[in-house]
Amino acid sequence: MWDLLKAHFKQGHRTSAYPKGPVDFPERFRGRPTVDASKCTDGCQACADACPTGAIQLGTPPKLDLGKCLFCQECVAACPSKAIAYTRDHQMAARTREDLVVSSTEMKLTAALDKKSRELFGRSLKLRQVAAGDCSGCAAELQALNNVVFDLGRFGIQFVASPRHADGLIITGPVTDNMRLALQKTYEAVPAPKLVIAVGACAISGGPFRDSPQAHNGVEGTLPIDLYVPGCPPHPLTILDGLLRLLGRLESGTREEVYQKR
Amino acid sequence: MTARFAFASLRNGQTMAEHSIPVAPEMSSLLDSVAEQCREGRRLANFFGHRASDQPLKLYAVMSDDKANLLWIGAATAGASFPSLTPRCPQAHLFEREIYEQFGCRPQGHPWLKPVRFPARPQSPPIPRNYSFFHMDGEEVHEVAVGPVHAGIIEPGHFRFQCHGEHVFHLEIQLGYQHRGVETLLEHAASGRVPFLAESIAGDTAVGHGLASAMVWESLSDVRVSARAAALRAVALELERLANHVGDLGALGADIGFVPGSAYFGRLRGEFLNLLMELTGNRYGRCFVRPGGVTFDLPETMAESFLKRMKNAQKELQDVSRLFFDTPSVFERLDGVGAVSLNACQELGLVGPAARACGQDHDVRKDHPYGMYRFHHIPTMTADEGDVFARASIRRLEIERSLEFVISQIDNLPQGNLRAACGPLRKQSLAVALVEGWRGEIMHTVITDEEGRISRYKVTDPSFHNWMGLAMALRDQQISDFPLINKSFNLSYAGHDL
Repeated sequence: MWDLLKAHFKQGHRTSAYPKGPVDFPERFRGRPTVDASKCTDGCQACADACPTGAIQLGTPPKLDLGKCLFCQECVAACPSKAIAYTRDHQMAARTREDLVVSSTEMKLTAALDKKSRELFGRSLKLRQVAAGDCSGCAAELQALNNVVFDLGRFGIQFVASPRHADGLIITGPVTDNMRLALQKTYEAVPAPKLVIAVGACAISGGPFRDSPQAHNGVEGTLPIDLYVPGCPPHPLTILDGLLRLLGRLESGTREEVYQKR
Repeated sequence: MTARFAFASLRNGQTMAEHSIPVAPEMSSLLDSVAEQCREGRRLANFFGHRASDQPLKLYAVMSDDKANLLWIGAATAGASFPSLTPRCPQAHLFEREIYEQFGCRPQGHPWLKPVRFPARPQSPPIPRNYSFFHMDGEEVHEVAVGPVHAGIIEPGHFRFQCHGEHVFHLEIQLGYQHRGVETLLEHAASGRVPFLAESIAGDTAVGHGLASAMVWESLSDVRVSARAAALRAVALELERLANHVGDLGALGADIGFVPGSAYFGRLRGEFLNLLMELTGNRYGRCFVRPGGVTFDLPETMAESFLKRMKNAQKELQDVSRLFFDTPSVFERLDGVGAVSLNACQELGLVGPAARACGQDHDVRKDHPYGMYRFHHIPTMTADEGDVFARASIRRLEIERSLEFVISQIDNLPQGNLRAACGPLRKQSLAVALVEGWRGEIMHTVITDEEGRISRYKVTDPSFHNWMGLAMALRDQQISDFPLINKSFNLSYAGHDL
């Protein structure tokens, strides 16, 4: 008992300051990418050629689809004029597929649910996780949200054991053919109204498994999606940020507006 | 008696021309040789099929002689069926089922010829198709079925228990739900996509699989990795091991209701993931190991802060481990639960910490050293009991050894380039790479065609060897101990299902 108390005292308080305080990501952290089209040279397609998942669509400006992006450094390394760069900003979840397409240095912050849904889910959100062919990377980050650092429970958000106790599904993986039926049945077991959250490049677009004959390029086409969290895998704070903004617990709009208000 | 069909020897990370792989005159002489080698103490590390365009199916067997630090390879041309090796050599059971599923070549007399991953075909009914699970009859016997969707954040799998009250007679594990067609994708992918697919075989082993994939690639394109890159790869691989082993101890704490252990280990796991992020920009070390070397350096200032944080974590882990392992209720809960005998371990060909917990002294870092492990040895830890406590203790000891290794590596980083350019792959060749991931032996085998393109990419995750060990560990245990025993193995569904 004495040892336990001593250990507890030594461990101290470890919960992340987010969202009230600042978060510090290391220099190499690959957060929200930006595209500066003014630096592009005519006819150059080095970034699109280097991308392993075809996430970059050429044009003026070039468009980078975060739903397909694996957050590697192939395009950044290939670009001769440094038009694509990673920021250390972890906030990049989106409400629609289109909002995930970046063509400038700006990206809208996640929009909140409507008033009625916020009243229903805003203070207590129970989610059922379904791994549908994930490599376990995204699932590991969801699990990490439960640890003492991220402590998801302090926001009233919880992962529950049964879909019947849940307000929605949080799905990882490209939706393999062998998991599709189980996913549909789990969705049906969740009482309405319900939310669907797609976490990671696989669940959004198939990720590295895009166009596999054994999978379905993500959740789209199987279930309607309310929130997209890009990444491979997304940082736990990216997922948390998306959830909190979805519930209207953090402000939405453009980054500039929100930052100016502070 | 005729002479035994001789296999050719090769070393970890070596490429050999296809024509120099000995081909047995008959399938039976290949199989006899495998069975005999197994009796002599070699392990069946790999057994797979390959059908090159308009060629008949060929089966390849890779034996591992762990004591002599050598691999042995042999092949034979297969017809529509072959006499099953499994009755003589149980290690072969899943390999033979896989060959049957992938190529339709039937191992005659296989005691349990059930599909492995149930690849999707048009209009095919859901898993397990028309297969009926093993079941027991009796007035008081009942069946418990769980999954594929479980209660926690776990990967999908289906488990069938045959029970009498709490007592488990038999557990049948049904996987395949995570099947993404990784091998087929790897065989058809553009070369730039290969490392990404390899890192996504099992997301918690991104460095391990990334490294194995890079090693075969380098071997096939005759590229040597600099000493610095090799050291940085070893640092990343051990950080991955540390994060997962520490996380596993925390998860065991959670499963037995020892909350302080779960909280402290859980937080310390994050510390190692954050160190990986500091080095590679990603918490799981993705996009770091690439054919030819690594993508990021560890400059001196960063090395200093790494050393400080590692030593701090080392001290904290000592305290938390002592707290966990010295608590009598923890010992009481883990001791004697889910034991696997050394005999069963060897018969099934288990690998990694699960095998070392049974007393099997096998570790790729020692037996088939590669990269930095050729120069710096990590002592192998074994236990005798093969139970949950032994598997937990192995992790504790490996955490200590890995920490010492990483600290010594960072302290003495050699000089060298980060990354060498890789040219085209050798034509009509076969390369193997073995890596000791945190779960055990990872093996990538690649065969190229006459154009130097990949015609076969065989991935063998340690979980492929070990799932049957979990099923055996459950025999005569209480069903309520399943989560605990399962966690003590912590096998990959994605790595098995591919």
